[in-house]
Amino acid sequence: MKSGLTINKTCATKVFLSTFLILIASIAAYTFLILKHDPSFVDLNERLLPMSWQHPFGTDHLGRDMLTRILLGFQLTVGYGFLALLLAVAIGVPMGVIAGFKGGLIDRLLMRVADAFLAFPDTVVAIVLSGLLGAGIENLLLAIILVKWVNYARLARSTVVTERQKDYITMAKINGLSEWRIMLKHLFPHLIGHILVLASLDLGKIILLISSLSYIGLGAQPPAPEWGAMLNEARPYFQTVPALMIYPGLAIVTVVLFSNLLGDYLRDKFDVKKEVAE
Amino acid sequence: MIRILARRLAEVAIFLLLITFVSFLFARMAPGDPVLSILRVDDLSVSAEQVEQLREDMGFNEPLLVQYGEWLADFARLDFGNSYISNQPVMDMLRGGVPATLELTLGGLFVMVLVALPLGSLAALYRGRWIDQVSRGLSLLGAAVPSFWLGLILIDLLGVRLGWLPTMGRDGLHSAVLPSVTLGLAISSVYVRLLRSSLIDSLNQENIRAARARGISEPRIFFSHVLRASLPPVITVFGVSLGSLIGGVVVIEVIFAYPGIGKMVVDAIRGRDYPMIQGYIFVMAILVFVINSIVDLSYRYLNPELRLKGKGRV
Repeated sequence: MKSGLTINKTCATKVFLSTFLILIASIAAYTFLILKHDPSFVDLNERLLPMSWQHPFGTDHLGRDMLTRILLGFQLTVGYGFLALLLAVAIGVPMGVIAGFKGGLIDRLLMRVADAFLAFPDTVVAIVLSGLLGAGIENLLLAIILVKWVNYARLARSTVVTERQKDYITMAKINGLSEWRIMLKHLFPHLIGHILVLASLDLGKIILLISSLSYIGLGAQPPAPEWGAMLNEARPYFQTVPALMIYPGLAIVTVVLFSNLLGDYLRDKFDVKKEVAE
Repeated sequence: MIRILARRLAEVAIFLLLITFVSFLFARMAPGDPVLSILRVDDLSVSAEQVEQLREDMGFNEPLLVQYGEWLADFARLDFGNSYISNQPVMDMLRGGVPATLELTLGGLFVMVLVALPLGSLAALYRGRWIDQVSRGLSLLGAAVPSFWLGLILIDLLGVRLGWLPTMGRDGLHSAVLPSVTLGLAISSVYVRLLRSSLIDSLNQENIRAARARGISEPRIFFSHVLRASLPPVITVFGVSLGSLIGGVVVIEVIFAYPGIGKMVVDAIRGRDYPMIQGYIFVMAILVFVINSIVDLSYRYLNPELRLKGKGRV
């Protein structure tokens, strides 16, 4: 059923997505070209300043420029999230394709491991790993990769298992194409849409996880301008200067909202069934 | 039933084996020779023999797998000993924390139902109208707001500025309100959307049209037919995400200084309190096992088809 509402919805999403892309482009331009302040420059004479031309978002409890830190935080938070996601996809997809295509022992082994990891919540895995290896952003990223690759392996496997029955794969086999070639050239293209949808929805979740755990001290460590870590550092000053609480939080919300909307949009576009997102 | 339990137990075992193995590997591969760093403490020059001797004593010359086996054996003995920080038995401390964590989880669920049920139902009943739009907007936003930030805002507004509710610790029901509300709001956005789409599906069913034709009142149709038919998918997702709910509680516990097991482990990680961390891993494994088994068994109970097929999961 196509009603006026759905059209409006996609349109609004498109507007939001493009606005956001423009925003990112300008942030990138700003950070690389005209960054005025050093993000870790401490000036105790300029502590907790309100907004001004000099410091559009004010300064924090150590006199560091908030705008600069928020913008660099974008690089950090989103960059880390993206890195973890990329590695999870790079590990998970080939594993899933191979398992689904070959079947047998590899397949069963992989599914066992996948089930085991799905039984444990992401946050718990991240906490357990930080507990064993020590708190820090590297270990947090490792934990995220460890949790997330499973989703991609499962997704890739289930797609490959349905595709491999089809005639064109049989034809390819009869024509003597090597297994690797079939996987790469014939099976992989079927996955791209699904993976993009899942990945963009995951990006938001990963960013939330990174900033939450950084807030409680298990991720990025201050003075890194990661948004969660910034909130952690500034907590004693929230009451006097609410801006210190508001800006990093809004930054997280915007980025995650973008990632979720992008996921929804791609899902409609690739016509991926809803189950993928679950 | 025994098969389901065995399967779930196997999952927990596989998970524990893998996660400890990976962390073991990474800890050993980390830069810096632990032996050298131990000997260098005194800042004396060390001879090659000394290094070799200590390495032998600490078991670093054994194959990696043997080292890992010994480490596992320590874990499997389950006697986690006393906390480095408080010097109390770890298991006693954790036993004290579990009720607080469960209390918070239940509180969060209660708030979630309170929010999701009306919002999801109204959105489905008045599809495309303003209330549906508002509910869509709220759940989009809700999915993007980090729960810890929401918690900070609620603390600042309701706790500090207005002074209505306590923001720290666990002291009666009062102190559970803010953390539960934070948790409940954080998880409800998923359920609002889910309930809405599930309700819309069941509203379009033939039997609903038939019930209308029979002249049954709208509220009655909604509550005893539509809502009932829409719940299974919601419960399925709920079961799957119950574990992540417990994970999410950790962050909330830390923000509100709520003395559950989540806050305990975060403090332990900060203080490098290994007995406590090991105890937490063990307790979490048990919790996950129990919850997932209950969820599996209740699916079978709710869905006779599964019982007949002999499959344990949806």
